[in-house]
Amino acid sequence: MLTRRSVLGAAGAGLTLAGSGWPRFSESRAAGAPVTPGVPAGIADAATMETLPGKKPLIRLSYRPPNYESPLDYFRTSITPNDEFFIRYHLSDIPDVNAAAYKIVVGGDGANGQTELTLDDLKKLPAYAIVAVNQCSGNRRGLSNPHVAGVEWGFGAMGCARWKGARLKDVLAIVGLKPEAIEIAFNGADGPAFDRTPDFIKSLPVWRAVDESTLIAYEMNGAPLPHLNGFPVRLIVPGWTGTYWMKHLISVTALTKPQGGFWMNPAYRIPVGMFPVVARFVTQENATTTPITEIVVNSLITSHADGAKVKAGNTTVSGLAWDGGYGITGVEASIDGGKTWSAAALGEDLGRYAFRPWSFAFKAKTGKNTVTINATNKIGQTQTAALLFNPAGYHNNVMQNITLNAA
Amino acid sequence: MRTIAFAVIAVLVALPALADEPTIELKPGPGLDKVEANCGACHSLVYIQMNSPFLNAAAWNAEVTKMIKAFGAPISDGDAKDIAAYLAANYGT
Repeated sequence: MLTRRSVLGAAGAGLTLAGSGWPRFSESRAAGAPVTPGVPAGIADAATMETLPGKKPLIRLSYRPPNYESPLDYFRTSITPNDEFFIRYHLSDIPDVNAAAYKIVVGGDGANGQTELTLDDLKKLPAYAIVAVNQCSGNRRGLSNPHVAGVEWGFGAMGCARWKGARLKDVLAIVGLKPEAIEIAFNGADGPAFDRTPDFIKSLPVWRAVDESTLIAYEMNGAPLPHLNGFPVRLIVPGWTGTYWMKHLISVTALTKPQGGFWMNPAYRIPVGMFPVVARFVTQENATTTPITEIVVNSLITSHADGAKVKAGNTTVSGLAWDGGYGITGVEASIDGGKTWSAAALGEDLGRYAFRPWSFAFKAKTGKNTVTINATNKIGQTQTAALLFNPAGYHNNVMQNITLNAA
Repeated sequence: MRTIAFAVIAVLVALPALADEPTIELKPGPGLDKVEANCGACHSLVYIQMNSPFLNAAAWNAEVTKMIKAFGAPISDGDAKDIAAYLAANYGT
């Protein structure tokens, strides 16, 4: 049965040892991780490349809880392989999940009944697959100016995979929702090291939970989910930031009142009106803050790091663009500091929630060349020229501007 | 409460499941022992390096307060003061 290991539960203070699902290292650590330029000096010094079981080397920001981002050169394909996918946990008691004994409890006061589903039960429901970007809300927090406290992510707290699983709406239909249900809450098997630390519980508005794209996924790129990406199942909320993509999902609870708790408020909030997001989470809004919801339109140059050396002449810069699921319709590039723009070529379209590859060819002149990239989505949203500063460092979609030195 | 927490921390550190945790060497200074004992109970000490050097004394104090109020860390008032002072002196602006 899946329970948190309360190794020290008898001690009364309730400190719990990290579960047996804790990462173990298979090879040595090397200093000098390729962190994103602009992150705080403290993490630029402290970050290392580390290899966790089943993973390629990732940039270690923290070990406990495990927070590891993908280096830039893992983003040269529009699907991120499972062994290159970033890892993000809030709390450090991570259980080793026994898939055979695994169950999800579905119920709540907003449901007509309660049931338990095994992994096999989930797999008997109609299966759907979707390619979608999973991006941490705090991706690029480390680039905030001024810096703000938190996990100082660079570019790499994101990935795009083909997720397969059951629709959440089909799971909810088994118990039936009452008309007064307003939110669906989710809990995962991971928990805090100390029992007075709030467990990580998140909710979605009902309309988003029953959207056809919202899945309980048991497959990632054709394979079981890696342990540290949520094995055996995690919630997939295409277009919305990673905070809602509950790993090691063990409960789905229909609510007639808004979900409370630290992780809903004050955490994961943006100032009301600051960002041009369409999807709102109305039952959680207040006068000044609202939950972060959909991903803002963004892009990343992945072919070259800032300051890279190239040969003068024909040069191709390429990368990825993505948004909250409206779909990328264009990527433009400027080599004159934004005075004039040219369309980049768009690559394969794996769906509106996926990374969209793009490439831009130009003649590099000897010396310094600057390349600025700006993506546009189907509803006309573009990236911003200047940072929209907010206290948690969310939604940084400032147009990237790199220098290439040509000789 | 303090005694219990310290006893538990001692056991936690000694257990093999955390043997792989990278050693984080923070700057020496008054209060470091309290930082290691309290902060290190719930998270890697790299969080301190990671969040430097851009927080001033008030911001570090707010972080310590957040750990106590929002995350339930059982840190005494005296230790909290020493921890905040250590962080501001060694990892502050």
